[in-house]
Amino acid sequence: MVRGIAFLVGAAFTLVLAIALWGSVSGLVSDPPAPTAEEEFHLHPKPAHLASDGILGRFDRRQLQRGFQVYKEVCAACHSLRLVAFRDLKDLGYNEAEVKAIANQWVIEQPSINPETGEATTRKNVPADHFPSPFANEVAARAANNNALPPDLSLMTKARHDGTNYVYSLIGPDAYRNQPAALLRQFPDAKTPTGLHYNPYFANLNIAMPPPLTQDGQVQYTDGTLATRDQMAKDVAAFLTWTAEPKLESRHAAGIGAVIFILIFCFLAWGAYQNVWRDVKH
Amino acid sequence: MSFPWAKHYEPKQPVMRWLDEKLPLPRLVYNAVGAGYPVPRNLNYFWNFGVLAGAALAIQIITGVVLAMHYAANAGVAFDSVESIMRDVNAGWFLRYAHANGASMFFIVVYTHIFRGLYYGSYKAPREMVWLLGVVIFLLMMATAFMGYVLPWGQMSFWGAQVITGFFSAIPLVGDTIRVWLLGGFAPDNAALNRFFSLHYLLPFVIAGVIILHIWALHIPGSNNPTGVDVKGEQDTVPFHPYYTAKDAVGLGVFLLVFAGLLFFFPNYLGHPDNYIPANPLSTPAHIVPEWYFWPFYAILRAFTADFILPAKLWGVLAMFGSILLLFFLPWLDSSPVRSSNFRPRARIAFWVLVVDVLLLGWCGGSPATPFFIILSQVTAAYYFLHFLVILPWIARTERPAPLPHSITEAVLAKHGGTAPTKSALTPSASA
Repeated sequence: MVRGIAFLVGAAFTLVLAIALWGSVSGLVSDPPAPTAEEEFHLHPKPAHLASDGILGRFDRRQLQRGFQVYKEVCAACHSLRLVAFRDLKDLGYNEAEVKAIANQWVIEQPSINPETGEATTRKNVPADHFPSPFANEVAARAANNNALPPDLSLMTKARHDGTNYVYSLIGPDAYRNQPAALLRQFPDAKTPTGLHYNPYFANLNIAMPPPLTQDGQVQYTDGTLATRDQMAKDVAAFLTWTAEPKLESRHAAGIGAVIFILIFCFLAWGAYQNVWRDVKH
Repeated sequence: MSFPWAKHYEPKQPVMRWLDEKLPLPRLVYNAVGAGYPVPRNLNYFWNFGVLAGAALAIQIITGVVLAMHYAANAGVAFDSVESIMRDVNAGWFLRYAHANGASMFFIVVYTHIFRGLYYGSYKAPREMVWLLGVVIFLLMMATAFMGYVLPWGQMSFWGAQVITGFFSAIPLVGDTIRVWLLGGFAPDNAALNRFFSLHYLLPFVIAGVIILHIWALHIPGSNNPTGVDVKGEQDTVPFHPYYTAKDAVGLGVFLLVFAGLLFFFPNYLGHPDNYIPANPLSTPAHIVPEWYFWPFYAILRAFTADFILPAKLWGVLAMFGSILLLFFLPWLDSSPVRSSNFRPRARIAFWVLVVDVLLLGWCGGSPATPFFIILSQVTAAYYFLHFLVILPWIARTERPAPLPHSITEAVLAKHGGTAPTKSALTPSASA
């Protein structure tokens, strides 16, 4: 009886699937999916080749400091970094006094309360504070950015596929460009709307953010490195890789130790196994 | 329960004898996994995966309990509490990545364990109960994993919860009422998150209880083996300890190596980047997909695109649950008295076709629902149901199996030559 019911259930599912398959195939034949502008013109990220790449990656602290400088001077005006605290900057090689100064001098202040009147006010940042948002709330952020919301950047390199290379490519020197004539020929309705910018590394090709890195030397690096647009893009990508994965180095180091330990264990276990089973045919 | 030649637990130390009188736990361990449990001598490495599944559960419980000390299950702070675990809690990144990748390892190991059971006929008499309990464990695992994935309250957490709980609305008449009751609201929100956390903490211990029943049910007939031939005498078996404790240690080492490789070097490879974006009910992700271990079932769900008496959505939900529920009936669908596919040429071919079919279903489930993938999932889903519900019963009735060896020892000797299965006879007094 079980087999009988099973056969009927199997036949029912197969029948409905066959009907669905018929629908899909005839739909495919009569109305083949049209190519989209995104499919044809979207570019995959370029490799940034950072020190943190690969299973033995480490951070280049000078690069992280440069990237932080670019974030501070270019990006922080619109993009928050709310999961990172000022004290975390010690990881970049700053000492305690420098971290205190960075926090104290940070342009955007921390929301606070006037201790006498109770009114909302702001206070200077201390190392324990997380980076404050440049905007009071989402409405203010959108109002200042043509109704677009600049996303928080703390996790950006983990929140996008191939995130580190994506960030590097998106703000690199060859990213923002005029919409190609070929695209407009093939997809006449896909003209970049006013207020948006064509950037083939962006998922749907038109990004609200205006090009953030517009000229070489936009930032004056304190360590003397030449601040080309490509260099600044790399440095920001490295910095954001750190903000998303501050424990990357200890993770890799612990991993090497763990794998070596486990390999030794495997070797010993294998030896014990061979010894135990030596006299027994199996 | 054991074989008559099983070694007996005989404590010599006074403390151990006292304990044996008052609460015989050491005796239980001895009889379950010690020298008192005879196991076929010819088991291959596919028999390691049960123990590895137990190890994976232990890892999940330990990392999970510690994570729960730092996690906050409130929709306003859940995402940030996970990030504070990653950044501020000592070794928090290790706990989080261990738990997330541990779940994947748990499913890799359990799927291998299930396919071992399919190939070698471990679900057949007298082990039907072992199989049924195993399917129960699998269902509990799926519920636990689904609820666990919701907890970080990322985009995929929220939208995955939205999709899966949406299934309940496919039930005619009462569907939507049930859905709202389960969620505690009209959409996944704080109420749903809180109760998912509670159940996610509870179910692993339920799983542990069912595993105890699973192993108990197994130890009544004893383990199956690659030939599928019953144990005939003492020469067919070896005591679990030290033979299979040693072999399991090797398997555990390889398991830990793969686990460490994932955890320390590719911790986000099996995950989805969208879950690093905080949940936003007003912004639907471009592609909503569950974690990889649900992809075959997701493909079956999405394959049903046509109405036929019932709406397509209801067919999809019935098929998705049906694809797992049919496993309960497998011992009665496959009536062949031959257990191991090593001796069943047609069943063996069907098995490998099923493996390819499930891998293709997985590929479809993780991909966008474009016409190519929908068509492929319709074909592969049809084969899946045909395999279990039509092909296996038909093969069982019409197949001519290859001749079986008369005993396990005969099979072992045929492999190695000679007449003695051991250099020295295994006698009860031969070990400590």
